[in-house]
Amino acid sequence: MADYTIKVRRFQPESGEGPYWEQFKVELEPSLSVLDALLQTKDREDGSLAVRCSCRAAICGSCGMKINGQSGLGCKTQIGEAQELAEKKMGAVGGSAERAVVVIEPMGNMPVIKDLVTDMESTHWAKIRRVTPWLLPHGAPPEREYIVEPESMLDITQPMACIQCGACVSSCLSMEADPGFIGPAALAKAYRFVGDPRDAETKERLHDLAEDPHGIYDCTHCFACVDACPKDVAPMDQIMRLRRRAGEEGIEDPNSGHDHEIAFVKIIEKKGTLDESLLLQESFAPGIKGKLKPSKRAIKEMLGSIPTAIRGIKTGKMRSLPKLIPGIHHKLPDGAQDDVKAIYKHAEEHNEEFNLYIKGEEDVEPEPDEPTDAILGDEAAAAAESESA
Amino acid sequence: MSDGQIKVAYWPGCVSRGFTPELHGSMAIVADKLGIELVTLDRANCCGAGVIAEHNQELADTLNARTFALAQQTGLSMMNICSTCQGAQSECQQRLDADSAYRAHVNEALSGQGLSYEKGKDGFTNKNFLWLLVEDYGLDRLKAQVVRPLTGLKVGPFYGCYIVRPKERLGYGEHPDRDIYLEQVITALGGEVVEYDGARKCCGFPVITMNRETSLKQAGTHVGDAIDAGADCLVTPCPLCHLNLDMQQPEAAKVVNRDLGLAVLHLPQLVGLALGAEPKELGMSKHIASTGWVEERLAGVPA
Repeated sequence: MADYTIKVRRFQPESGEGPYWEQFKVELEPSLSVLDALLQTKDREDGSLAVRCSCRAAICGSCGMKINGQSGLGCKTQIGEAQELAEKKMGAVGGSAERAVVVIEPMGNMPVIKDLVTDMESTHWAKIRRVTPWLLPHGAPPEREYIVEPESMLDITQPMACIQCGACVSSCLSMEADPGFIGPAALAKAYRFVGDPRDAETKERLHDLAEDPHGIYDCTHCFACVDACPKDVAPMDQIMRLRRRAGEEGIEDPNSGHDHEIAFVKIIEKKGTLDESLLLQESFAPGIKGKLKPSKRAIKEMLGSIPTAIRGIKTGKMRSLPKLIPGIHHKLPDGAQDDVKAIYKHAEEHNEEFNLYIKGEEDVEPEPDEPTDAILGDEAAAAAESESA
Repeated sequence: MSDGQIKVAYWPGCVSRGFTPELHGSMAIVADKLGIELVTLDRANCCGAGVIAEHNQELADTLNARTFALAQQTGLSMMNICSTCQGAQSECQQRLDADSAYRAHVNEALSGQGLSYEKGKDGFTNKNFLWLLVEDYGLDRLKAQVVRPLTGLKVGPFYGCYIVRPKERLGYGEHPDRDIYLEQVITALGGEVVEYDGARKCCGFPVITMNRETSLKQAGTHVGDAIDAGADCLVTPCPLCHLNLDMQQPEAAKVVNRDLGLAVLHLPQLVGLALGAEPKELGMSKHIASTGWVEERLAGVPA
């Protein structure tokens, strides 16, 4: 048994007061959970402390919360580990370990109903419904169930593992700045259907998600949802796969996300390293010198970047022609550029996706670079099982 | 940590030679002062910054396998000076290291160039300067090199997403303190750590062309939070964060509708100042947000 202090962000709407912090002493084994600490407090100190929970085993997804600033499940975070993290954070800013307490807050990006209970409707469930989270098959339904090859479902086992806890939404740094963003949970759910071989409206789904200005191109690629997810869904990875699929469909989006991606890829093929001014120009107005007319948004964005460029010229940051004039960026030396081009040729022929979640890491290192058969990862198998159950 | 000479295969990245040339220059000065020998990988290519992986994962993996193979040819470990390079390269390395068949497939594309990426017995090492400084050079050794302690300088750390997440991929199992190294370096240099909300958040740069408002709101909020917490400057190991926090700072100020004006230093610049280098040779005059206040604070401390 060990003693811990938890510091809980509390809020009671009926009191008419704003949120406040309250500290409680708890006594429990380090291997017990933060949720256990909260329940002990509720039992012994203050029965009015509100927290949502059910299974206590990281299955139901009810106890999403922020612990030391990190979004996750209260039942899946050990109090001893949380204390160690609090001490480390305290030490980093020059405080003493004795002052470190486990800080517990309600999930972020959501209104708080009471204490640690949040309203998941507007930022979680409404967004989940937004992506049409059910199968849309075409044709007459089969007499019994839809039959698919198990292998064809492997691709979506990762988003299938989602338990709708909202931890990713709580952690989302893009949503923090833009509440309109569809968000990690809903977009992971969207990929679950985009990748489903039974679904017949994949194209329509991709158009919908790419053409929404708060859709797949609104993700800032910060990995916060990847670390927050207690089930290894890696929502951001699913968003990147949606972008890849939308790109393969050639879908043009209002954020110029696809143009940006293509511009980037082409510049590296030609120059090996990034020509930043060409990237800007090609992202907004691809082919400006030849065929395409830039859109109104593109003109606005390009004009908007002029003050920044002028400031850069003034300080000397951009005072050189290769930095200012798109396209005159140098190439790699001595034939290295041809080596890069050869890589493009090879990779474009195969375009292979290596999904670590499904394939897993090799258990034993075989003889150097000896090919082996990929083995289905345990988690992928478990997720496939739980969905079919 | 060792007392020996450190020699690394050095990948400077693209932006450090593009819109943040002061980063590349200050790294060279600091490496010289610390006695770190840099063998520049001048034939290496862009890491793809996650964007190429979004387009074609195998392409990103192969491009980075090429960079790793070029580093392996030198017989040295690799060092980068960009959180984004670290993240994008670590992601590709994780896939390449996971499976020998996949690695062999990727190496096929490199065979024509006489290159091959090998996982090796102890794995391939690629570290951001921040990690190398703490893990290989050592904080005590760094402290001993300080000739102008950053006494009284209040510094807010800004990591960049790609160097702190996802933890499972970025070696946090072996090195759990990687997300407090900036604080440790600031302290070792004699400075004061400023605690504020944005230290490990996103600068917004990845969506600057896709959603300018969101992007600049992120940058402006973090800079503003650091100012409110009393920071004299920020320090970052990522040049892309620097673009949004420094180069775009006047634009970010408009979006968050408040005055900003906070110096943002590259990690080698902060280290360089403490090692006695002059602000001008560290390229601080090239910044958009004035570094004058930092220079004033340090003027009293002789180099």
